[in-house]
Amino acid sequence: MFRNAIITILTCLTFVSCERRSDVQIANEENILIVGNSGEPKGLDPHLVSGVLESNIIRALFEGLCVEDPDKDSSSLPGVAKTWTANEDSTEWIFELNPEAKWSDGVPVTANDFVFSYRRLLSPDPDWPAEYAEMLYFLKNGEAYHRSHFGNILCGNDPDFPVKWKILKESNFKGDPKLKLSNFVGKTFSDLDERDLKKFASYLSEGQQVDLTQLSATKVEIEKLTEVEKRIFFNSKGIDNLNKSDLKLLKQNTSILNWSDQVPEEVRQLVLDRIIKHHEAGKPNLWDKAEVGVTALDDFTLKINLRGPIPFLPEITKHYTWYPVPKHVILKHGKINTAYQSPWTRVENIVSNGAFKLKTWRTNHFLEIERNNYYWDRDNVHLNGVRYLPIKNYYTETRMFGDEQLHLTYTVPSELIPMAKEKYPAQLRQEPYVGVRFLRVNNRKEPLNDPKVRRAFALSIDQKSICEEILQGGQTPASGIVPPFGNYKPPGVIHFDPEKAKILLAESGYESTSSFPEISLLTTNSDSGLREAEALQAMWQKHLGIKVRIMQREWTTYLQKQYDADYDICVAGWIGDYLDPTTFLEMWITDGGNNNTGWGSNEFEDLLNKAENTTDVATRMEILSQAEQTILNDTPVLPIYWYTTNYLIRPEVKGWNPLLLNNHPFKSVKIEK
Amino acid sequence: MAMTSLAQNIKGEALATEKGTSLWADAYIRLKKNKLAMLGGVVVILILILCFIIAPILAASGMNANEQDLTNRFAGVGEKGVLGTDQLGRDLFMRVLEGGQISLLVAIMATCMTVTIGVIYGGIAGYIGGTLGNTMMRIVDGLLAMPFLIIVILFREIITPYIDTLAKFLIDDWGWNDNTVLRFANLIPLTIAIAGFGWLSMGRIVRSAAASLSKQEFVEAARSLGISHRRILFRHILPNMLGPVIIYATLTIPSFILYEATLSYIGLGIEPPNSSWGKLIQEGANYLETNLTVLAVPAIMFSLTLFAFNFLGDGLRDALDPKASKD
Amino acid sequence: MLKTIFSRVTQTIVVVFLLVTFVFFAVRAIPGNPFASEKALAPEEQAALERQYGLDKPISIQYFNYWKNILTEGDFGYSLAMKGRKVSTIISESFPVSLKLGVLSLILGMGLGIPLGILAALFHNRWQDYAAMVIAMAGICIVAFVLGPIFQLSIARPLSVLNVAGWSRPADIILPSVTLCFGVAAYLARLTRGGMLDVLSQDYIRTARAKGVPTLQIITKHALRPALMPAVTFLGPAFAGIITGSFVVENIFLVPGMGKHFVLGITSNDYNLVLGLVLFYGILMGIANLLSDLALIFMDPKLRNP
Repeated sequence: MFRNAIITILTCLTFVSCERRSDVQIANEENILIVGNSGEPKGLDPHLVSGVLESNIIRALFEGLCVEDPDKDSSSLPGVAKTWTANEDSTEWIFELNPEAKWSDGVPVTANDFVFSYRRLLSPDPDWPAEYAEMLYFLKNGEAYHRSHFGNILCGNDPDFPVKWKILKESNFKGDPKLKLSNFVGKTFSDLDERDLKKFASYLSEGQQVDLTQLSATKVEIEKLTEVEKRIFFNSKGIDNLNKSDLKLLKQNTSILNWSDQVPEEVRQLVLDRIIKHHEAGKPNLWDKAEVGVTALDDFTLKINLRGPIPFLPEITKHYTWYPVPKHVILKHGKINTAYQSPWTRVENIVSNGAFKLKTWRTNHFLEIERNNYYWDRDNVHLNGVRYLPIKNYYTETRMFGDEQLHLTYTVPSELIPMAKEKYPAQLRQEPYVGVRFLRVNNRKEPLNDPKVRRAFALSIDQKSICEEILQGGQTPASGIVPPFGNYKPPGVIHFDPEKAKILLAESGYESTSSFPEISLLTTNSDSGLREAEALQAMWQKHLGIKVRIMQREWTTYLQKQYDADYDICVAGWIGDYLDPTTFLEMWITDGGNNNTGWGSNEFEDLLNKAENTTDVATRMEILSQAEQTILNDTPVLPIYWYTTNYLIRPEVKGWNPLLLNNHPFKSVKIEK
Repeated sequence: MAMTSLAQNIKGEALATEKGTSLWADAYIRLKKNKLAMLGGVVVILILILCFIIAPILAASGMNANEQDLTNRFAGVGEKGVLGTDQLGRDLFMRVLEGGQISLLVAIMATCMTVTIGVIYGGIAGYIGGTLGNTMMRIVDGLLAMPFLIIVILFREIITPYIDTLAKFLIDDWGWNDNTVLRFANLIPLTIAIAGFGWLSMGRIVRSAAASLSKQEFVEAARSLGISHRRILFRHILPNMLGPVIIYATLTIPSFILYEATLSYIGLGIEPPNSSWGKLIQEGANYLETNLTVLAVPAIMFSLTLFAFNFLGDGLRDALDPKASKD
Repeated sequence: MLKTIFSRVTQTIVVVFLLVTFVFFAVRAIPGNPFASEKALAPEEQAALERQYGLDKPISIQYFNYWKNILTEGDFGYSLAMKGRKVSTIISESFPVSLKLGVLSLILGMGLGIPLGILAALFHNRWQDYAAMVIAMAGICIVAFVLGPIFQLSIARPLSVLNVAGWSRPADIILPSVTLCFGVAAYLARLTRGGMLDVLSQDYIRTARAKGVPTLQIITKHALRPALMPAVTFLGPAFAGIITGSFVVENIFLVPGMGKHFVLGITSNDYNLVLGLVLFYGILMGIANLLSDLALIFMDPKLRNP
């Protein structure tokens, strides 16, 4: 062993003495771009990832209907689609596909691949763990299919059904969104506060009580429930979420559920019969009946119907959830919705339709892609490949850049920005990025359930100091949730104002700080997170006199604590998926998957709905601005700053221009020697 | 892995401490000969004085380690405070002293726990021997191979709620100063976690020492006289192991300071804004290119302490090793 | 010899069994959700994932199944965090990297630590002793997460032949292993010094000295072998430890080794990965200890025929 080792060292040293060119020099000769990519990708299936670093790879491997313009944010260039047209109110779109578009194994990309892909992402199968399916809810009936809204699919989509869906949908199909019984586990009715009592108000007469232990049990024994409890149980679930036996019970007495007044008893029976029949048939797949708004008119014509007018659809199709996946390969290695077990994304199997294809993938080492010779626009692809390095340590990354090991860094840690400004003034880029750093506040917990307290916390954050003194990356103080871009006018209400904060706190009745309950600030265990948390802690202490404890947790624990609403205040960030304010606003609907604050407002949701049905761009933006205003009035979240991207790029890399979404198309990147 | 190695070394020395009185005086003379060890001892004492006597006095006189001044970040030495300020404009000198308090307290308290648990467990396992003693040691082996990190996270999750309740009680009902209580309350989970892992090696060392002691004539004699096992264990065996245990404990302190630093690197250290040397160094290392002071000050203190404890420990071992004395 | 092997093997089996059992229950007690990601998971999706990985079953059955899959099919399961990747693949990918790094840093550590230890013992309590020990100790007193960046900036940057970080060139192994070797060297120097002092005070050495045998010859012919015994015992566990415990160095130098998986597996609740690694570590530890034992037997004739 010893002798071998010595030989190894000697060979190493010989190699060492031979290779004196830097990695970048070698890569330039090979025309390969080396980029830092912040970590090991969790996977390469466009339907099963949700992170930025995965999207950086997937964007180079796959291509959607439209692709990013390397110079401009708001314009879309032809991708798989050659041309596209929309009807007058932008609800129906026709995409003419390029017949030259091919998968990396030479098979043409057809409209059927898109239909297959959208059907796959929207798969309602509970075993299908796609996190980003909501991106396809823009499609007509997309949500109904994905969430198994049986009433909508089985009755609403049937033109022969005696009552039209417009009327029928007023009945309680989806369940009362406010009355989630699982929220009441372990509580008794007498414990409930006013807010919770309101949720029950419409089902109960004055002074009436119910047994919450029974209702919130994992297996509710319906026979044991009183009439009122049955009403609550059925209405909280809604028809779509009832199982076969529940439905049969409901059939005996339909009045325990809220129906639209215009739905007569025989129609109710008909609805229930259809759904029960579907359950009895073993819940066959409803794709054909769901009429999801995507159709292949022929091999190269794709028709897309949307749930409402969306003039910016081409921009959305640039998001990786809208990319096609290779039907022929996926079905070779599994079923349509075989998730992680499917080996189709392994190097030896994967087939992609973008400018590049996968070459090598080594865990924690590197991932390399190479030219796809079947790509339709191959003559305009300049690079021979891209090598992604999973560098988690950003200090190392910056040092590697200085040692000519990288063309492009993922970021520059704020500690090193002053050094970068001095040493690499030409290579350092600081560009706006549509993302917001904010604090989630647990709106259910005292004393943070008081909007005045929340506002006081928000106004005592000295955002400017954080941006300019600590971060130094060109970030701007956030006056709201939606970062400024395009023609959206943010309402801009949150500005540092410690005096007003003190007054608000006094008004809330928590004037004396000693009576203030202990508040904790949840953050990740990164160094930048720590510095930020310490600064916030000091600001609240200074301006409000409130002591906040910092709780650092590992990434998954940090996330889980948010989902479980097991926090008081929590540091968070959100990055836009597309250039529209809705990407920042929609998450705040009541019980939205990424809301996690417990906040909700009917007014806000009404405004969002109104915006969705507005075609005129200016009016729409106006309404969305009002919607943001309603959130900020209640301050369920405390904005801190709007993101920027900070990175280092070598001068020979061309075609990498500032883009608000930071989704740079690798196909137009060039290395100039 | 550090500790297992020492086990081997100290094993043989357990036999050396048979007769007490002259041994200690002898050892002291030998220790005095080792200048590096004496120097280490002096440095240890100085650092202890600095962290546990001078720092509280300064804190009482109004110097605050956690007060921020964002307009005065990275003030140079002498510009603000004794050694300037850190990345959030806090007094670096005070932060290093208070960080030292934490690091040293964690290490010393964890060492005390380690010694207590290790001596009892190892002593029993070694004295009983046989299948039961062997099983006890196999359990230790199994635990020793368990990733340190799992134990730390587990202990933290289990213990923290209890400590928080206790701290709340002390603050609310006994009117103790909340800053101080919280500062020290949150080192307890960390300390217990480190000790929860550290005692394993101590247990091993003590066991092998106890096993060889229990075969000695004087123990045999005590046994034949019908003295109870408990008495033999506590009167004859444990006192005779004092030497190696003390040496080992001295060497454990620096390794625990290191553990704490490594945990800080992974993000499992003490609750901010309080800091420890490990955390200060780890944060300071991020400024290696831009501001060396924030790294250098805690790093120098830390290295100095580690050197001092290690040399003192080594010196003690040399001094208590009778074979070396013949040299 | 056979007896040593046999007892080490049975001991390893017992230890590995205990270890996996402890860890199996311990990792599940750590809070957090292995499936948590930036996008919130719906409860049904969470349930589906748990079903897929068998986490919905009672814990005793999960435990039983874990052993069953290993013993009947040699299947360590799939990683929960890096989905679609097998634990066995992850280990087999990263182990060779860690092995190379570990062996080299151990060799460097021995090359540095043992001579320093001998030197220190020969000049006991003189300046050479102190200097040697200060050098040896420097490696552990300056923590790796400071030493690494310093090497990157002061050695790799100016030298064009060395990269700051990465694992693509043969020379990339040098800086991480030098950073790691100090820890080994410090302990080895200490153990060698102690062992040497011990041996040098033995009567036969004194006799040899009195007879006028040159010092160098005394050391190489008589003293070295017994003096190195404690160091050799240390090498076994040190080897296992360095292979799995080099997270800091891997993180700084971008080395695709096992240490990273250990830490990230635990902090991201990747039960299967952690268990697989721990099991592997247990076995490795057993092998390393066995090698140590054999080396001791080889070095000390008295142990050969007990």
